[in-house]
Amino acid sequence: MNFWQTILPVLAALLLAPLLPGVIARVKAAVAGRRGPPLCQLYFDLWKLLRKGAVYSRTTTWVFRAAPGIALAALLCALPLLPAPGADALVSCSGSMFILIGLLALARFATVAAALDTGSSFEGMGGSREVQFAALAEPAVLLALAALARASGTCALGGMFAGTVGPLWQTAAPAVGLLAVALGIVLLAENCRIPFDDPNTHLELTMIHEVMVLDYGGPDLAFILYGAALKLWVFGTLLVNLLVPWQDAARPLAGTGVLIVGLVAVAIAIGLIESALARLRLLKVPQLLLGAGALAGLGLLLIVRL
Amino acid sequence: MTLLLTALVVWIAGGGACLLAGRNRLVAATVGSSTAILGSVLALTGLVVGLRLPVELPWSMPFGHLALACDGISELFVAVAAVVTALAAVFGTGYLRHAPDRKPFGLAWCLFNLLTASMVGVFLAANAVFFLLAWELMALTSFGLVMFDHEHPGVRRAGVIYLIATHLGTALLLVMFLLLGCECGGMLDFDAFIAGGYGPEVAGVVFLLALVGFGTKAGLMPMHVWLPEAHPAAPSHVSAVMSGVMIKTGIYGIVRIIWILGSLPSWCGWALVAIGAVSGIGGVLSALAQRDLKRMLAYSSVENVGVIALGLGIGVLGLDARNPAMTTLGFAGALLHLLNHALFKSLLFLNAGAVRLATGTTELDRLGGLLRRMPWTGNTFLIGSVAISGLPPLNGFAGEFLIFLGALTPLLDPAVSGSTAALTGGLTAAVALALIGALAVACFVRTFGLVFLGEPREAARAEAAQEVGRSMCLALLLLALMCLVVGICAPLACLMVLEAVQQLAGAAQLDLDTTRFLEPLVFVSLTALAVIVVALLLFVLRRRLLRGRIVEATVTWDCGYAAPTARMQYTSSSFAQPILRVVRHVLTAHKRFAPPRGLFPAQAAFASETSDVYEERLYRPLFKKIESLLGRLQWMQHGKLNYYILSIVLALLALLAWKMR
Repeated sequence: MNFWQTILPVLAALLLAPLLPGVIARVKAAVAGRRGPPLCQLYFDLWKLLRKGAVYSRTTTWVFRAAPGIALAALLCALPLLPAPGADALVSCSGSMFILIGLLALARFATVAAALDTGSSFEGMGGSREVQFAALAEPAVLLALAALARASGTCALGGMFAGTVGPLWQTAAPAVGLLAVALGIVLLAENCRIPFDDPNTHLELTMIHEVMVLDYGGPDLAFILYGAALKLWVFGTLLVNLLVPWQDAARPLAGTGVLIVGLVAVAIAIGLIESALARLRLLKVPQLLLGAGALAGLGLLLIVRL
Repeated sequence: MTLLLTALVVWIAGGGACLLAGRNRLVAATVGSSTAILGSVLALTGLVVGLRLPVELPWSMPFGHLALACDGISELFVAVAAVVTALAAVFGTGYLRHAPDRKPFGLAWCLFNLLTASMVGVFLAANAVFFLLAWELMALTSFGLVMFDHEHPGVRRAGVIYLIATHLGTALLLVMFLLLGCECGGMLDFDAFIAGGYGPEVAGVVFLLALVGFGTKAGLMPMHVWLPEAHPAAPSHVSAVMSGVMIKTGIYGIVRIIWILGSLPSWCGWALVAIGAVSGIGGVLSALAQRDLKRMLAYSSVENVGVIALGLGIGVLGLDARNPAMTTLGFAGALLHLLNHALFKSLLFLNAGAVRLATGTTELDRLGGLLRRMPWTGNTFLIGSVAISGLPPLNGFAGEFLIFLGALTPLLDPAVSGSTAALTGGLTAAVALALIGALAVACFVRTFGLVFLGEPREAARAEAAQEVGRSMCLALLLLALMCLVVGICAPLACLMVLEAVQQLAGAAQLDLDTTRFLEPLVFVSLTALAVIVVALLLFVLRRRLLRGRIVEATVTWDCGYAAPTARMQYTSSSFAQPILRVVRHVLTAHKRFAPPRGLFPAQAAFASETSDVYEERLYRPLFKKIESLLGRLQWMQHGKLNYYILSIVLALLALLAWKMR
């Protein structure tokens, strides 16, 4: 039973992650009064791309060809570290929060190196912005997770949420709110959503994540798109675990269901945010990210003082 | 111990033999490198056999004994020194083959071997006088090696700055040892030091002197200014030894003092955390601002020494809070990171040497696209970059992971969380480490991308570039392999540092069950393996998918503009600009901008340069002030010998009168 309880979230991530971008696109379309693409559009795209050949720039080396696989591998290895609400993670060890941060950084290293491999100034620009945002987002994530570590007495992601979040909502709801806002801001930044980046933009100069993968096609692009969906799932899972104090020992499997519903809700929220906001000027982005770090630090302070 | 002594003798004798070779390149390289390697093999065998009888030889030196002892702390450092110098010597044989003919090769190899011997002497010394002599020999030999290319004025300037900085540091150490000696009844042996008890005031003063004195050698900010000058100036295999091992003698000194003092007040731990955070963040930001490969690597050494100091600070705070977990994780993380840094930083400096040999420059904005032409250098540089960024499959992650865990321990453990110092110190260290890690990724992905990926920015240079010789590739490959192996076998590597950790805790009467705290490292290894296996599987899958399909080669997408040039690529400064903009009030870039004027502008120019903040705002005004103060004494400097002798006699008389009083 326990085994299923921990492996189901991983299976759900593998199968359902490409659904989230579809949900976001549908919400945005609905707000704009359009019908929008099918919910499963990303599945169709992936299927199409996996059956295609590839075109590579003559400038590129093996780094460019290996990078999508390395980035996807890092994200795949991060999945078992994450729990569903009310359950433990498949792989739970002290310090798994640092392993998660390390794996995300590895994916970033691979993506940016591949971008520089093309020799295109646009892709260099994207890489430069990506590492800047990440440098400011990483301390915010650390502070938010450290606050939860303090509340739960463990720095294993698996044991950090279950049984901690419920009481915390009762004793320190403002602190949890601050952490949630901080994690939400980081989620938007790391997944290149508005107000940090516009995934739909069609001008190379204004793109961040999309511009780094301009030169990919075929199976490589499929890896990248799937990896991006998984990354959204990873950050979304952290947020759902923080926000949903689900603790039902009688139906442990329901945790995965709660997770999926929660993630769809997160996707809807992202869609609404994207519909309501415009992109920030690039120079303002560091301020927002530093703000996220400050909020997380404040949340931590409140929880330490409990 | 006999083997270790033999190794010392081999290094010194080999150094002497090299002198006989004079300017003969081949003889000097053969003798020098073979004795260097032989000595290292002997030393490593000696460590494995592990008979540690302290040696004490008679010596006609006041307060001095020729006392050598090898304990857990020494062992770790000697091992690092032996491995890195041996591989640097292998690289050096090939590297110096390309130096101009009229160089004093015999002297260079002699100094190299003496440098190795003196560093190992520092690690083994059990008497303060002997320690200081070895320390001084180390400073002088490395100074000689830095000055290898003394024809360049920049190199001479670097050498002089280094010589001054290292002696200022040593002066403080002299005071520190004298203070310790006074407290121990005039004995200058380490055994006497550790037997003595120290009040908190004395311990605090000794600790501060050690932090500044040893910190100068280690390159901790703000005592680091010599490091980005001296390391790039030296030949690359020497830079590798200097960054890989020599700056670690400073860390060794701090560790030794922590061991001698036993229990330190909590502010000492806080001081280490603070100076570590400043060095780490300042170092990596300065590294991002550099446009020269070797200078950037030198600043990155400042950063990594900062990370080590963070770990030591956590350990000291743990000792103060009497918490075994925090102590173990902090010290083990610091020492493991030290071992790792020795591996990947020497690898990267050797890579920089290979790049310089192949292209004649280390300026980032003149390079590019070297991975195709220099696959061994390029791929090992990639391994070094991923390792130094602290990313999972390689060794850099393991050390930082332990320091992270140690830093968060006071948050988790109700027993320690009462200690505000431990709590705040730990949190500061954790946030600093997260920032350092993310910035290091930015810094090294930029460097690797600029040097090895993309199009060559100067086509002629890149076309002339060839892979370096076999001996050099061998050294690179071995170091890269070690990074990989330590990453995958992190728990085993950690066993190497455990004895030193236990010794440090033992000196403060704290019992540790070290293995329990290091269990999470097993998961680090598993993660490393998992990432590698999954990535390989995906690579195979991609191969399968693409088999039989059309795979085309074309130009990079350039928005329909079909005539891009290599100079349109992103440069080192443009890549770093967004990050440096955030810290522009601290790290000021000096810009010179001549904008295009008129309807048909003929020319325009832009240059920017980021100089060292501390050098510019602290040391330069300080030394100017000192100079102007001392200038008032210039009337004494008249060049008349009889007056000089008179003043010496007067001073002696005054001393005599004071003594007779």
